[in-house]
Amino acid sequence: MSKYLSKLTIPLLAVMLGLIAGSIIMLISGYDPIAGYGVMLDGIIGEQYYIGESLRTIITYVLAGLAVAFAFRTGLFNIGVEGQLIVGWLAAVWVGVAFELPKFIHLPLAIVAGALAGALWAFIPGYLKAKFRVHEVIVSIMLNYTALYVTNYLINDILTDKKDRTERIADSASLSSPFLQSLTDYSRLHWGIVIAIICIIIMWFILEKTKMGFELKAVGFNQHASEYAGMSVNKNIILSMVISGVFAGLAGVMEGLGTFGYAAIKGGFTGMGFDGIAVALLGANTAIGVALAAILFGGLKAGALNMPLQIGIPSEIVDIIIALIIFFVAASYFIRWLAQRFNQKGVK
Amino acid sequence: MDFYQVLLIIIPSMIAYAAPLIFTALGGVFSERSGVINIGLEGLMVIGAFTGIVFNLTYADVFGIWTPWISVLVAMVAGVLFSLLLAVATITFRADQTVSGVALNLLAVGLTIFLVKKIYDKGQTDFISETFARIDIPLLSDIPFIGPVFFSNSYYIAYIAILVSFIVWYILYKTPFGLRIRAVGEHPMAADTMGVNVFKIRYAGVLISGAFAGVGGAIHATIFANDFSHATINGQGFMAIAAMIFGKWHPVGAMGAALFFGLAQSLSIVGSSLPFFKDIPSVYLLIAPYVLTIIALTGFIGRADAPKASGQPYIKGER
Repeated sequence: MSKYLSKLTIPLLAVMLGLIAGSIIMLISGYDPIAGYGVMLDGIIGEQYYIGESLRTIITYVLAGLAVAFAFRTGLFNIGVEGQLIVGWLAAVWVGVAFELPKFIHLPLAIVAGALAGALWAFIPGYLKAKFRVHEVIVSIMLNYTALYVTNYLINDILTDKKDRTERIADSASLSSPFLQSLTDYSRLHWGIVIAIICIIIMWFILEKTKMGFELKAVGFNQHASEYAGMSVNKNIILSMVISGVFAGLAGVMEGLGTFGYAAIKGGFTGMGFDGIAVALLGANTAIGVALAAILFGGLKAGALNMPLQIGIPSEIVDIIIALIIFFVAASYFIRWLAQRFNQKGVK
Repeated sequence: MDFYQVLLIIIPSMIAYAAPLIFTALGGVFSERSGVINIGLEGLMVIGAFTGIVFNLTYADVFGIWTPWISVLVAMVAGVLFSLLLAVATITFRADQTVSGVALNLLAVGLTIFLVKKIYDKGQTDFISETFARIDIPLLSDIPFIGPVFFSNSYYIAYIAILVSFIVWYILYKTPFGLRIRAVGEHPMAADTMGVNVFKIRYAGVLISGAFAGVGGAIHATIFANDFSHATINGQGFMAIAAMIFGKWHPVGAMGAALFFGLAQSLSIVGSSLPFFKDIPSVYLLIAPYVLTIIALTGFIGRADAPKASGQPYIKGER
């Protein structure tokens, strides 16, 4: 019972509590929650175009979520996914703009560039953790801002002549797909969906089927036992962060090569890296869980855009709901405590 | 423009930019010293900024020139209330402190922008009319050479921030309450054995951090942004965390680090109009606080160690 409780009941209860809290907030602020959620659902799957846009959002959320989840499995909190995503985005676009190559070379090259950039940015906190025992959370927060300002500088001063965004990438480096677009009434859905699915399978395969994955998880469970069993804790810490960074970089690639086709100066964070934390937590850090959570959060996020237009509810209601869901998942002790009280009453 | 004139521009601006960072970093010191990592400082600043600006806009007619001062106090209360969420989640329900902090940040931005859109029907508020006045401190600003540089053309609240850091030092190191906070952050079980209520002290630590961060957010919004939007705080809270770490979890150290980061921030903004500094791309000044914090953590400038028990929930009776 307790096993099921933590595996499925807590995420489901957290989502339910989050949605209920969201409707209470809507009620208090004088909106109709049922109409609100109705419009939101319509914005997720109501039209072909909406389905396409929801899927597009989900693609990035899957990768950002995988990035956070992978590091979590080794006991590391990669809060730096946001920064790794930004550098991955820029690196992919850079390759996409700078070269003229046939598509079968150019596109993979741009994708790999983005993934490597993310990996490199994640290597720094991994290395510092392994070598100096510095907490990866603080380092990666600092690197998020460093990434933001450095990429803004590169776009503004190096890649362009004081413009606020790069040129469009060459068609040979683009992930966008006229076929998928025509299927979904010309949304921005792109071939990244294939990459996202492959990455879900890769994550599952690495963690469940390989010796490397076993070691990574072992270090996450108990560093001392792993060390004693002859595993190199430091190597696994760095490896975990680097793989996590690859996923994060790919999330940026999706935006750079798929959704936008350029990189622009950012006034603040995209927020996708932080939402990745929510996805990973709700998905209990498993590949399939991340996929499901990404579908939920990506859908909510895309559907929310419909709310201000149709019914006048600010789309930020979804950010509130997602934040509350993380709270509820994080404080699962609270839910377990509630469930226990509930059970005891039932017995009596 | 000679060096002295450059100082006349940079130093007052540095002190002003440091003020919100000092307050918020001091809040972080309280929370982390009691054993609760507060990544949510950013969100608490957002709440403070929102409350400060909305109060200012609403009651500027009533309170006149006192509006900014009162709105800072109201923001302080808002910060305390909001930090209660973090306290309940992490202390009572043993939630992961870092994750809860992240949730708090997301919640703060979502909630405030939701309310702004609800109240003002647009993405940002109007501009406030009553802000802090730039002042010369009486007597001190008359000191030749030093006075005009250090005690002129800045804000009272900034000097208060510097004073408060010494008061916090006194509280943490010279009073029983401070001793309890530090004990609970280093070894909660030992403190519990000696009759200290770990939960109460940690609640106090987190709520005080909420108060300070609320004040910091309100000051930043009132002085620099003059309105509230999603980008008003934009990383100030994380920079305050950096200042706290750079200052090695010590109130006066955090204040010093905040002043230094304030210098970097003011240079990245006013530097383009100054000789010498205009040749440095502003990106170096923008990333300096963050990169320096990483370097400080790796121990090249003397190792910075967190309070021992910070990050761990305290479960009574557990070995």
